[in-house]
Amino acid sequence: MKKLIVSPSPHDENYIKTSTIMLNVIIALLPALAVGCYIFGMRALLLTAVCVTSCVVFEFCCRKLMKRDNTIGDLSAVVTGVILAMNLPVTLPFWMAVVGSFVAIVIVKQLFGGIGQNFANPAITARIVLMLSFPTAMTNWVVPFFYKDGIDAVTGPTPLVSGDASYMDLFLGKVGGCLGETCALALLIGGLYLAARRIISLAAPVGFIGALALLSFIAGDDPLYAILSGGVFLGAFFMATDYATTPITTKGKIVFGLGCGIITFIIRHFGSYPEGVSFSILLMNVLTPYIEQVTRTKIFGAKEDKQQ
Amino acid sequence: MKKLNGIKLNHRKNTENSATVDFPLPSRVKIPMWMNMGAPCQPLVKVGDEVKVGQKIGDTDAPFSVPVHSGVSGKVTAVSDYRTVGGALCKAVEIETDGLQTVSDDVKPPVITDKDSFIKAVRESGSCGLGGAGFPTHIKLNPKTPIDTLVINAAECEPYITADYREMIECPDDVIGGIRLVKEQLGIKSCKLAVEANKPEAIKCFEKMTEEDDSIEIITLPSSYPQGAEKVIIYNSTGRVVMEGQLPADTGVIVLNVSTAAFLYRYIQTGMPLVTRRLTVDGNAVGEPKNVRAVIGTSFREIMEFCKTDIDSVIKLIGGGPMMGMSIPDMDMPVVKTSNALLAIKTYDDRKTSSCIRCGRCVRVCPMGLMPADIDRAYKIKNIDELKQLKVMLCMNCGSCTYVCPANRKLAETNQLAKSIIPRN
Repeated sequence: MKKLIVSPSPHDENYIKTSTIMLNVIIALLPALAVGCYIFGMRALLLTAVCVTSCVVFEFCCRKLMKRDNTIGDLSAVVTGVILAMNLPVTLPFWMAVVGSFVAIVIVKQLFGGIGQNFANPAITARIVLMLSFPTAMTNWVVPFFYKDGIDAVTGPTPLVSGDASYMDLFLGKVGGCLGETCALALLIGGLYLAARRIISLAAPVGFIGALALLSFIAGDDPLYAILSGGVFLGAFFMATDYATTPITTKGKIVFGLGCGIITFIIRHFGSYPEGVSFSILLMNVLTPYIEQVTRTKIFGAKEDKQQ
Repeated sequence: MKKLNGIKLNHRKNTENSATVDFPLPSRVKIPMWMNMGAPCQPLVKVGDEVKVGQKIGDTDAPFSVPVHSGVSGKVTAVSDYRTVGGALCKAVEIETDGLQTVSDDVKPPVITDKDSFIKAVRESGSCGLGGAGFPTHIKLNPKTPIDTLVINAAECEPYITADYREMIECPDDVIGGIRLVKEQLGIKSCKLAVEANKPEAIKCFEKMTEEDDSIEIITLPSSYPQGAEKVIIYNSTGRVVMEGQLPADTGVIVLNVSTAAFLYRYIQTGMPLVTRRLTVDGNAVGEPKNVRAVIGTSFREIMEFCKTDIDSVIKLIGGGPMMGMSIPDMDMPVVKTSNALLAIKTYDDRKTSSCIRCGRCVRVCPMGLMPADIDRAYKIKNIDELKQLKVMLCMNCGSCTYVCPANRKLAETNQLAKSIIPRN
């Protein structure tokens, strides 16, 4: 008798793989990365390469050491590497970037079980660790196009501190800052691409940016300046939409986004730190399991349980 | 009105324009005694007996059951043990055909005087849900609660299958006749014939036929899977919600498959019980995809050969659609009452399962609004309270969650396993 394959239904699938999703995220990050290289020079590309390579190597070694399946093929380590690089100033020494990759991949991701299991965003946590460990190197902002003048890096304040950049410069990214966060336009293009491919939902970004703009407006700050400066667009579209560390339902994503916006505003307006995006996302990551508890889907035709 | 989630599938209705072909009489048939939901039948014949077309060859006293009839005339050669696709054991009657197809004297139009005699006749017809689930029709048509709406399920939302569609195109009078018959006998006021939008020919045909009749409404449903699932089609055609633990009849609705309705009409006219069925034969190993009308008990292998299938290349056989159909373990298994399709597949991509990345696609597609990713986690640690809270019992195994999962997690399967560890009270 000829042997046939017996498996439970369904017998068909739509062939979207984890690596397809990650590849799309990488594609979406490319415009912002390209603009970063244009504004801050080729060292931006080099720094990104260092982050990506070290992330992939750490992931590979970690899985090997833990005797688990090799997961570098799912490209999630590449995504983490690119996002981490975009969160760093272009002048950062390479060895510090490797430390950041170690924190992101080994401590935040693999020690908690690998892809999908981490409770905090690897890139954000790495950025915060680097920020607290190497405050000077992490705030060494260079002026845009410094490399064209043929001089060594000239440092200047970020628009968040100076508060004097034009809207157009902010929108196009011709300001100081981390290498991937300055150009709001490129990040917006990437975010909308992901939304169009139904890879991310716009619930969290809209909640994030909306809450920040509204609160800034109420507090008498310039709302447009608030959302265009700093890492708001990078955080909102690429880190507040991370699958593993944000709520799974649309309701939950909206709550998450609003929370990010509120915390960012509080840190910026009342705190001594100029930038609050990273901390707001990390704090909301921690709250995610609780948000999930209260934002479950409404089940069709379910009776309310009496004991609850 | 809240819209239920659904997914867009590649319909692959390759056979929609293939008129049904009669499968030539096989030399022998193997008729299982258990082809529908309910209790299995006991064989009424023994080895050596002569049987005729339409003769009852299996029955039982259990009320939740349907008798079995022979579709051929010939001699019983064996009464053997038989394992169904679902894995249960029952008897099967093997008959060698004599080619004469002598019709039994029992085959005569039933006398219907009242509802009770109608329900009795429906049971004697051997009818069960022909859409694939195989719920006994006489039980469905005899609910304890008053019914005001009859929903005819003509969604046929699974890819490939066109068996119901061909029924509508080839026998529209039987469909309408069946609807009127059930409405009259059960005193149901209104009927909704629900068809997916990908069958415009059928919709046009029935709209024309029911122009004068206000009690039958043709409803065009969007082509979205699983549109034909009972709770989904009830909600989308009547707006009623079948609550947890309820039957459709509790909301005043009966859902009947369109081919079942047509069969009932033919049975009342001719008295010929359910001994043949139309099935769509397709899949990438099939050379000539067709709609075939075969005698129940015909082996799948012969049907595949009839459709020019390269038997050696087949590595997977599916009875039913690719979303909810069952894997057939053996090519020599027979066509049963619920076989609406036979898909012979020669490619199988056994992708590895990886970790859940919490992308939420399963949550987004579940028509019931369940959270398969969370159920998966709760099942892993056997957290029964959590599984109950997540209402895993409401899963109808439509398979949408597994279909969309990028990590290739078998979420629908996990839901079924999770159901099995919840104690029933």
